[in-house]
Amino acid sequence: MTSSDPNATVAAVWRIESPRLIAGLTGLTRDLGVAEELAQDALVAALEQWPVEGVPRNPGAWLMTTAKRRAIDLIRRREVLARKLTELGHELAVTEPEPGPEQLVERADGIEDDLLRLVFTACHPVLSTEARVALTLRLLGGLTTEEIARAFLVPESTVAQRIVRAKRTLAKAGVPFEVPAGPELAERLDSVLEVVYLIFNEGYAATAGRDWMRPELCEEALRLGRILAGLMPAAAEVHGLVALLEIQASRSAARLAPDGAPVLLLDQDRGRWDQLLVRRGLAALDRAESLSAAAGEPLGDYTLQAAIAACHARAVRPEETDWVRIAALYEALARRAPSPVVELNRAVALGMAFGPAAGLALVEELTEEPALRGYHLLPAVRGDLLARLGRGAEARVEFERAAALTRNERERALLLVRAKECGA
Amino acid sequence: MRFMMIVRSDEKTEAGELPSRELIEAMSRYNEELAKAGVLLAMDGLHPSSKGFRVSFDGAGRSTVTDGPFAEAKELIAGYWVIQVKTPEEAVEWARRVPYGDGGVLELRQVFEATDFPEEVFTPEAREREQVLIDELKRKQADH
Repeated sequence: MTSSDPNATVAAVWRIESPRLIAGLTGLTRDLGVAEELAQDALVAALEQWPVEGVPRNPGAWLMTTAKRRAIDLIRRREVLARKLTELGHELAVTEPEPGPEQLVERADGIEDDLLRLVFTACHPVLSTEARVALTLRLLGGLTTEEIARAFLVPESTVAQRIVRAKRTLAKAGVPFEVPAGPELAERLDSVLEVVYLIFNEGYAATAGRDWMRPELCEEALRLGRILAGLMPAAAEVHGLVALLEIQASRSAARLAPDGAPVLLLDQDRGRWDQLLVRRGLAALDRAESLSAAAGEPLGDYTLQAAIAACHARAVRPEETDWVRIAALYEALARRAPSPVVELNRAVALGMAFGPAAGLALVEELTEEPALRGYHLLPAVRGDLLARLGRGAEARVEFERAAALTRNERERALLLVRAKECGA
Repeated sequence: MRFMMIVRSDEKTEAGELPSRELIEAMSRYNEELAKAGVLLAMDGLHPSSKGFRVSFDGAGRSTVTDGPFAEAKELIAGYWVIQVKTPEEAVEWARRVPYGDGGVLELRQVFEATDFPEEVFTPEAREREQVLIDELKRKQADH
């Protein structure tokens, strides 16, 4: 073993083994809280025994066997308890017969199914978004409450409470440990994908901060997405989300200037884009597109966003960007998930693809949109299109309006420069 | 963070001998495990050095090409994985699970990422040169 901290080694084993361990044990006990306790008990046993007896060849199987023995003891104790309660004339409310110890040991297979059930349980809509995120990071990412707290800049006790309450809510609501079927699956999958996407964004949007944990959140989300893709290889949108995350993550290094200022997509040094992640993203997108085509379904929201991101990723230089395709993809996205922000992006794409007049026509329609009132990018885009049309005086007013609306100092400075460039 | 798990060559790999069916089976299972855990980014096996070349440079800027095979079998690389993990210990844990019966050496090396380059290496001058290039690109774009 290395000379590194033994606690770090245990943490590494925990991270690798705990999701499958907890998933398998929840499958047995039907209780997330009990499963997590059993898994941790097994880990404690490992901490005591491995230094003496050496690390077993298959640590995962060792932990599972140990945890299962404890689960069986627990269930036996419960059975005795149940019998005694019955003797006393009480009835124990059980919705389904508890499996006997022998059946339990045989159920070692199907662990992948259990893992998938764990994902759907941790992301159940009965929980608040924060609870879903925390529970997913804890149960599937193997993160400690301390790590989760640091990542979201909240006190550790808050995260611990969230997790305890989430487990209680799941138990109270009688949420079954299962992957939903039929139309409910699509709905619930949305929640699962949203959790992964939220975790990623928390890391991505905060990259400007100094906190070292934030990029780790992106990596964590990527890992969760890849796990999900492995568990649901036939679900197009899962690959679409993974594609989107891989491509966005590929730009991380290029998104910040040396002085910490954000660098916009078209201004980024494409040489700093991570080509390994780009390739992985494009491969995942291919998969999402061909799965959708095979199923005869339109592309999902994440797949469409990934396809847009891919247009940028494929362009070696910004001027090689396929804006016509991007405009078409935004139109498809607007049809699926109409939103003023998507429309504004579509206006930008139209302006790039077919000239500023085409973009401006759409922007004019959006000026009455209440959701965009106070959104600085609306006048910024309008100003840009007007400037390109040679309508300098109008453009200047728009840039000034945008500068007054933005809350970002650097952006304001940039907008004021642009306003000045428009002349008097 | 990313680690490259490097597999060293031995006489067998250099002779182009393929692994046994059992080993391939075990390796596939291992690779699936890596992928399912979401940590596998890339992997490849390399042909023996007899199919490779070496390009060496002398002080005067001249280069010489030498055909393989190369002599120091143990110093050569036979294959690699690139994995993305949270800690070096996690990388070591994954490496420990590679199903090598006996023999075989794995080397773990952390992969450089953009944020690993300090100012002294990626100098302000280099950044400025880059900025000139970007500005040039933007100007060209504006000309369109």
